[in-house]
Amino acid sequence: MIVLDGVHVRLGERDVLHGVDLTLTERRIGVVGANGSGKSTLARLLNGLVLPTRGTVTVDGLDTARQGAKVRRTVGFVFTDPDAQIVMPTVAEDLAFSLRRLRLDPAERDRRVHAALAARSLADHADHPAHLLSGGQKQLLALTAVLITEPSVLVADEPTTLLDLRNTRQVAALLAALPQQVVLVTHDLHLVEEFDRVLVVDQGRVVADDAPAPALDHYRRLMA
Amino acid sequence: MLTGTYVDRDTPLHRAPAGLKLVVLLVLSVGLLTVRDPITGGVAVVVVTGLYALGRVGPRTAWAQVRPLRWFVPVVFTVQWLVLGLDAAVGLSTRIVVLVALAGLVTLTTRTSALMAAVERALTPLRLVGVDPARIALVLSLTVRSIPVLAALAGRVREAQRARGCERDVRAFAVPLVVGALRQADALGEALQARGLDD
Repeated sequence: MIVLDGVHVRLGERDVLHGVDLTLTERRIGVVGANGSGKSTLARLLNGLVLPTRGTVTVDGLDTARQGAKVRRTVGFVFTDPDAQIVMPTVAEDLAFSLRRLRLDPAERDRRVHAALAARSLADHADHPAHLLSGGQKQLLALTAVLITEPSVLVADEPTTLLDLRNTRQVAALLAALPQQVVLVTHDLHLVEEFDRVLVVDQGRVVADDAPAPALDHYRRLMA
Repeated sequence: MLTGTYVDRDTPLHRAPAGLKLVVLLVLSVGLLTVRDPITGGVAVVVVTGLYALGRVGPRTAWAQVRPLRWFVPVVFTVQWLVLGLDAAVGLSTRIVVLVALAGLVTLTTRTSALMAAVERALTPLRLVGVDPARIALVLSLTVRSIPVLAALAGRVREAQRARGCERDVRAFAVPLVVGALRQADALGEALQARGLDD
């Protein structure tokens, strides 16, 4: 369970979020909003990449400000641009990087890496340089690298914005099949139509918090 | 050389420990410093060609390793021919090509992670003076990974410049490239944090 209590965020000279109170328990939560509305900041609060200027964020009772590293082990994060997220030169090495804190013996580590690659049909690319993958494959790799650590929550910040329709569908299907709690920030509104709850963020506030249909209606009217 | 060009094959060269390969590379490189005549140079070329064959590296990939030298070596060769004579020029130019080819062969037959692990082991004594070898190995990996990312960024900036008709303006190239690189660095830092580097 993720709880935001009276959260204000000020970045530099700008108030990005004003007084957000949320309790996130649903398995599928969508976040929509205009560019610059504060939704990316909201997503980054959930794993402590951004800390509240005032108020607190807790994940299963852990404060993101004081126990950030522990929180990040629970909350996986997928970025919009996979190039920023892939930190190792080749595909298998990047997955192994995710596992390094588990201090597995090399055989067990390789076994997990190859199982994860096989599950996402990336096995043939294990030793390929990451920069030779297509955009869709890169995002798939980024997602796999997060999921291999078995987080209990996955936060994704516009993971399909750079993808074509087929890859968007593939990522959406993958997210839909996850057993984890998922918080998805997106501009692809149809991705959250089947979700349990949708938040609409506008000018640093949560202006709608409802079932998908009424929340998305609100957002469409807001953008009209 | 440094673009993560590992070629997956099952050969004695691939199976050899990364640390051993680095040590042999070092020894051969020092040994090559004694090469001054075309005959020893020729022997070195034969040996390196043999090693490429042993590692089952195709001619095209092999050429890609020494390709960056195609402008540099002719210049060096010409200067040395004029100053030191033909024999020395052939010997010295061969030495440069062989050195680069050998280094390229190590990266072709060794996974970056194995190289980094070897570097990390070699740096372990530095722990005594407060250096964290794992951090240094990570920085090296990140560098290797960042080369193609920055190359792609430079490509995009050049395209945008051309689209707007200012391809000769140095500032129109440098400013977006530096801003983009800094942005990328920020994003990388965020990703490292999200992926648990601070544990």
